[in-house]
Amino acid sequence: MSVGPIIERCRADGRPALIGYLPVGFPTVAGSVEAMEVLVDNGVDIVEIGVPYSDPVMDGPVIQDAAVRALAGGVRLSDIFTAARAVSGNGAGALVMTYWNPVLHYGVERFAADLADAGGAGLITPDLIPDEAAEWIAAADVHDLDKVFLVAPSSTPERLALVTAQCRGFVYATAVMGVTGARASVGEAADELVSRTRAVTDLPVCVGLGVSTGDQAAEVGRFADGVIVGSALVRCLTEAPTPEAGLKALGELAAELADGVRRARA
Amino acid sequence: MTVPASTQSPGRFGAFGGRYVPEALIPALEQLDEVRQKAMIDPAFVGELERLHRTYTGRPSILTEVPRFAEHCGGARVILKREDLNHTGSHKINNVLGQALLTKRMGKTRVIAETGAGQHGVATATAAALLGLECVVYMGKKDTERQALNVARMRLLGAEVVAVEHGSQTLKDAVNEAFRDWVANVATTHYVLGTVTGPHPFPEMVRDFHRVIGVEARAQMLDLVGRLPDAVLACVGGGSNAMGIFHRFLDDTSVRLIGLEGGGSGIASGEHASRFSTGVPGVLHGAFTYLMQDDDGQTIDSHSVSAGLDYPSVGPEHAYLLESGRAEYRPVTDVEAMEAFRLLCRTEGILPAIESAHALAGAMQVGRELGPEAVLLVNLSGRGDKDVHTAAEWFGLIDSTGAPAQGDDRPGPRPSGLHDSSTDITSGAKGMGEHQ
Repeated sequence: MSVGPIIERCRADGRPALIGYLPVGFPTVAGSVEAMEVLVDNGVDIVEIGVPYSDPVMDGPVIQDAAVRALAGGVRLSDIFTAARAVSGNGAGALVMTYWNPVLHYGVERFAADLADAGGAGLITPDLIPDEAAEWIAAADVHDLDKVFLVAPSSTPERLALVTAQCRGFVYATAVMGVTGARASVGEAADELVSRTRAVTDLPVCVGLGVSTGDQAAEVGRFADGVIVGSALVRCLTEAPTPEAGLKALGELAAELADGVRRARA
Repeated sequence: MTVPASTQSPGRFGAFGGRYVPEALIPALEQLDEVRQKAMIDPAFVGELERLHRTYTGRPSILTEVPRFAEHCGGARVILKREDLNHTGSHKINNVLGQALLTKRMGKTRVIAETGAGQHGVATATAAALLGLECVVYMGKKDTERQALNVARMRLLGAEVVAVEHGSQTLKDAVNEAFRDWVANVATTHYVLGTVTGPHPFPEMVRDFHRVIGVEARAQMLDLVGRLPDAVLACVGGGSNAMGIFHRFLDDTSVRLIGLEGGGSGIASGEHASRFSTGVPGVLHGAFTYLMQDDDGQTIDSHSVSAGLDYPSVGPEHAYLLESGRAEYRPVTDVEAMEAFRLLCRTEGILPAIESAHALAGAMQVGRELGPEAVLLVNLSGRGDKDVHTAAEWFGLIDSTGAPAQGDDRPGPRPSGLHDSSTDITSGAKGMGEHQ
C-alpha cells in the first residue's frame, strides 16, 4: 500500500508527515521491530526500515555503526519482511530503505513480490537513480509499490524532472550535500530544493538528512510535506546503556519530533 | 546471467558498468564526462598531457627482455613493459596526470583519492603538488599501518592522509569514505578514482588515460620481435594496468589477453581476491560488475598478499571481456606470486611490485603451457620498493618488528647457485610456511 494516502491525511490535518528511520537487526531483529513500534506509538507516520549493508556510501558514522553491529549480529535481508509486517500491521507506512546490491542479488522481481506480500509500501533507493532502475520500476508497478528516488541540492532542473517523473509515494529531497547525520542547520538549501522540486511535480516532497530535534522538524515542516529523521533516532539506540533505556530515549525523541511537525504550520 | 533492462544507459560494456551512485553526484559525473570528452580531442589538452608524460613521467617506458627469468617460463621469450620505471614507480601516474589536468579544466581546486598499497595515493599527491591542488587521500587504517612509508611519502608531498577506521579498514572502505567526502564537497572537489571501476565515465576515462601503455608496447614489440606477442599478461586488482595494456590489442585476435587475480591462500581456502573464480555480478562502488558477495548481497572481504589486488570487485570492462571470451583470467596464489617476485629479483636484478609479480607468475604458467616458440608480453606495472618490508618478512629476512632476523647474517632462501633451475629457486623458502 502506498504511503501517499498517509501523507495526504497529514496534509489534511495541516501538518507534514513524520518519517523515522531505523535499521532492522539492531540491537536484534526483535529489538529493532520493537523499536519501530515505539516510533509508531509516539507519532511517527511512516517507518523507513533500513537494510544494513556492508558498504553504505550515503551514511555517516552513526548509521554505519548500527549497520556494522546489526550485520555482526547476524541480521539477514529477509528480516526486512518481518519488520514490514509488524509496522504495516500497526497502521503505519512501511517503506524499506536499501542500497541496491542486496535487492539485485535477491532478485528484483522476487524482492518486490515478497515486500508487497509483507505489507511493505515500497523502496527508498539511495544509490539507484531512475536511469538504472528499469527493472525495479517495472517490478514496482506490477506489485503496486512506491518508488522513492532522491533529489539533491546539486540536481539540475532536467534531473529534477527526470527523477520525479519516476517517483511514486513521495520525492526524497536531501537537505544538504553530504551523508546522513545530525546537523546544526538544515533549512536554506532544503527550502530552495523543495521549491525547485515542486516546480516539476505534484508529488509530496519530503526532506531528509540532518534533522535531529523537534525545532528542526518544525522548521523543515514549514515547507516540506514530510520530515525524515534517521541518525538522531538511531543514536538513541546505539548510545543507550541498556535496550530499555534506548527505547525510552527513542520514544521521547519521537514524541518531540511529532510535536515539532504538529507546530510546523501552527 | 540476466542482463539488466537498463543496458541502454551510458557507460555500459555489454551488461556491465553503469552509474549506481547517489543522485547528488550525477551532475558532477555528467560534467566530468563532457569535459573529458572535449579534452581528449582538444590538441591543447592532449599536447599538455603528452608533454608531461615525456618530460615528467618518463614516457615512453621501455621494453626489457628477461631471458634468465624466461628460463623458468618454459623457455618462452618474455618481454616486460617497464611501467615500474615511470615517475612515482608505477603506471598510476598515467591516469592521475590526466585527471589532475581535467580537475583544473573544471575549475576545481581540491582532489581526493583512495589508496590501498599507496601507489595511487602517492601518484595523486604528486600530481596535486605539481599542479597546485589541495589533496586528501583516504586509506584504510590497516593499510596505513602496513604501508607507513607511503603515508610519509604522501605527507611529504603535501597531501593529507586520512586513516579510515570503518568496516574492514582496507581499500574498499577507503573508497566508501572518498565517496562520502565527494558527495559533501563535489562543488570544489574532483574524486581522482584510481582504477577502471566506479560510475561512468570513470572506467572508460581511466582506461583511456592508461591506453598509452598498450599503444607503446604494441609498436615496441613489432620493432623488437617483428611480430605480435602470443599473449599479453597483467595483474588485475581494479584492473587499470591490465586494461591499459590490453586495449590496443583487442582487435588483434591472435593475441591472448590474460589477467591474473590475487589468489590469496587459494580459491578453496576462501581467502582470496579472485572475483572471476567465485564472484557473481552485482553492484559495488557505482558499477555493475563481478563482485565477491554473500547470499544477501553483502560484500565479502578479499584477501591477498598484495594490497593493490586486495579488492572484492573489478572493473566492469574486465567483466565484459571475460563474458565475451576476449580475455581470460586466472588466480595466482600468494605463494606463487612471491616465488615469481624472488625469481625476477635474482635472475634479472629487477624488484617488482608484488601486484606485478602476479603477472610474472602467470607468465611462468603460460610459458610452460605454450613452450619455447611463444612470445609473452608482461606488464610490469610497478616497482617493489614499497614492498620491501612485506617481502623481507615473507622470506624471513627481518622479524615482525623490522629487525634483521636472528642468527644468520645472510638469511632467507638462497638458490644453490646463480644459474639456478626452477626447482632450486623454489626450495627452502624460509618463512613461506607461515603464510600458507
